[in-house]
Amino acid sequence: MATFGVIVFPGSNCDHDAYHAMKHIMNSNVKFLWHKDTDLSGIDFLIVPGGFSYGDYLRSGAIARFSPIMQEVVKFAEKGGPVLGICNGFQILLEAGLIPGAMMHNQDLRFVCKNVFIRCETTDSLFTNTLTKGQVFDIPVSHGEGNYHINESGLKSLQDKDQILFRYSDADGNLTEESNFNGSIDHIAGITNDGRNVLGMMPHPERAMEKLLGSDDGKIIFDSILNSLSVA
Amino acid sequence: MYKAKVNVTLRPSILDPKGKAAHHALQNLGLNDVQQVRIGKFIELDVNADSKDAATKIVESACAQLLANEVMEDYEISFED
Repeated sequence: MATFGVIVFPGSNCDHDAYHAMKHIMNSNVKFLWHKDTDLSGIDFLIVPGGFSYGDYLRSGAIARFSPIMQEVVKFAEKGGPVLGICNGFQILLEAGLIPGAMMHNQDLRFVCKNVFIRCETTDSLFTNTLTKGQVFDIPVSHGEGNYHINESGLKSLQDKDQILFRYSDADGNLTEESNFNGSIDHIAGITNDGRNVLGMMPHPERAMEKLLGSDDGKIIFDSILNSLSVA
Repeated sequence: MYKAKVNVTLRPSILDPKGKAAHHALQNLGLNDVQQVRIGKFIELDVNADSKDAATKIVESACAQLLANEVMEDYEISFED
């Protein structure tokens, strides 16, 4: 059975949500990894959770990327190890250079905490291979800096190489201006790296695991991940 | 000891929502002659180095690796005499 590692930085606040999701909903092995740890042995899949690591000082994720464990995360990812960065975790992966681009303040400067819809854009990744292209998910967001930016050539490269895994849409999968609430370029909600083993996404699938709490669409994404890990 | 001053600014092509919000508030104050507002960061560093050139190299390295994100920000370094 695959073992998930959830990294804990000072200021992480979705680490327990991720742990609960993997342990109690997905029935997987999970370990917390303190940011000063450097031993990733026995870990099959890394989750960099959401929160406000180091109080978002300087820029969100900017300080966390220098934590001792991040060197190991970079090595793990470069060897093809699967990594999922959620929200602040996405920001950390961007700052660490594992995924191209940068995060800016939401276009209207508001911290947005609500359920939104995201559309699956490609099934060509270990994170999405059991989903359906165009499938829409009801997933919460909770961020002030989720306005994804990349230069024109970088965006073209993401599009050409099919690296955009999720876009903000409406409930029917239309890319309306309203659905792109934070102003992200090309409606980007989640992208993968060139090697397709690292996913950064602003929405929180680990907070959408139980119908009782609003939505369990996040489970579908983790089902795809578990399926990939069992086949691998 | 060299006292470095670093200005980190959003690249001109990047929309600055904080600047826009401040600009809007200035207009509400009646300061309609203000045409545009861009908000950045000001950082001071005290650097131990043998020469200004050496200090500049250190500060440049600090900017490139941490203080600015060159995907969306530019930086300018100056020294206090």
